[in-house]
Amino acid sequence: MNFLRQSLSVAAKDLRSEFRTKESINAAVSFAVVILLLFSFAMDPTSEMIAEMSGGLLWLVYSFAGALILNRSFARELPNDCLDALVASPLSGAALFLGKSLANYLLLFLLELLCLPVFAVFYNVTISRRLGWMMAVFALATWGLTVIGTVFSALTVNLRLRELMLPMLVYPMLIPALMAAMQLTTILIAGQPITGDDEIWLRLLIGFDIIFTSLALALIETVLIT
Amino acid sequence: MTAVDVTGVWKFFGDFPALRDVNLTAEQGSCTALLGRNGAGKTTLLKILCGLSSPSRGKAVLLGKEGRSGETRRGIGIIGHGIAVYDELSARENLELFARLYGLDRPRARALEWLERTSLYHVREGLVREFSRGMRQRLAVARAFLHDPKLLLLDEPFTSLDDRAIALLQGLLREAIAGGATVIMSTHQLREALELATHVSLLVRGKVSYAGERTAEMLADPGWLYANYGEAA
Repeated sequence: MNFLRQSLSVAAKDLRSEFRTKESINAAVSFAVVILLLFSFAMDPTSEMIAEMSGGLLWLVYSFAGALILNRSFARELPNDCLDALVASPLSGAALFLGKSLANYLLLFLLELLCLPVFAVFYNVTISRRLGWMMAVFALATWGLTVIGTVFSALTVNLRLRELMLPMLVYPMLIPALMAAMQLTTILIAGQPITGDDEIWLRLLIGFDIIFTSLALALIETVLIT
Repeated sequence: MTAVDVTGVWKFFGDFPALRDVNLTAEQGSCTALLGRNGAGKTTLLKILCGLSSPSRGKAVLLGKEGRSGETRRGIGIIGHGIAVYDELSARENLELFARLYGLDRPRARALEWLERTSLYHVREGLVREFSRGMRQRLAVARAFLHDPKLLLLDEPFTSLDDRAIALLQGLLREAIAGGATVIMSTHQLREALELATHVSLLVRGKVSYAGERTAEMLADPGWLYANYGEAA
């Protein structure tokens, strides 16, 4: 119970800090909207190609823009050596990780919700046909992105080139989750149900989330202590 | 009862030994001044005691327990080089956050009590980024003492403090020691430290060159220890 309370305290602190400064959410949303806009100019939004690559495009934008949010996760602890005070407190590494992941998850989900209608308008795509399933896929894929991003944010926090290192380390790890999210999103945007062979992608997302959440919770203490 | 027992601790950064076979004990209710020139290993040793770093060899037992148990950390208060409070949060929010992390009852009441004690109650809802340096330092002191720690680990606690913050910190340390708390502090401000210290340890290039009680000679001449046990001796 104390573990959960501590995690929620960390998450609330991170969200409060972010909504006061808006430093990463503003940058991430602006970046995502600009990329979506530029791609819509580069391609013909009425073509059938859009329907085929919609999931891929959407998740590439989410993952690139998401890196801006994830990069700040542990970096915001650096001024005034706040990370030292957190690590020296009775807060376990796992509770710290979970708290930071919850805050990152909500921020990434907010980014996705803000960009989805923009995507629908620019690319002339109907997103309402399988919206419930789409939200479920977003929830699972975003958790995968969050877990990997938060661990690597902790790992790279003391590196001088962490803005460069984080994406370089995170994207190769995310390939299975991103592939699954892209496939499922493309199917759902086309208005088709997830059936038969496509269920493997859903199972992959669930498995990815479980495996990497367990690994992160087990290893985060080692990552935080030098 | 021994509050701190460091035995044969080595710490390597690559091939460089920052600490070399360090042994240090501190009894409950004592105040140890950890002295040494820049680069002597004071901060490295304190980081190991705080649980922020692990020794390459040897062990550190704090409050009767080895390793980073939550119970041990609940009894430790730290002041490091940074003030370790969040600029985007208010003074009350900062202290309330740490009160929750330390599992204190009535976190808001405890936060307000310490804001009162450090004369920051009137700016309790002000964001820390708007505070003067002295106010930020007093908030850092409140954060370290908030949970009534049994062991205080202080790295250069008097550095760049204003006179008001120095007086506050010295008063709180005296009170804590009188209440049975153990203090280990690294410092270059010899006079302030030696006034409080019951024991002194001198680190020279990662090795303890002197460990013992603070003597009258040290108090009369703060440079005495370096002259007799420092690198030049």
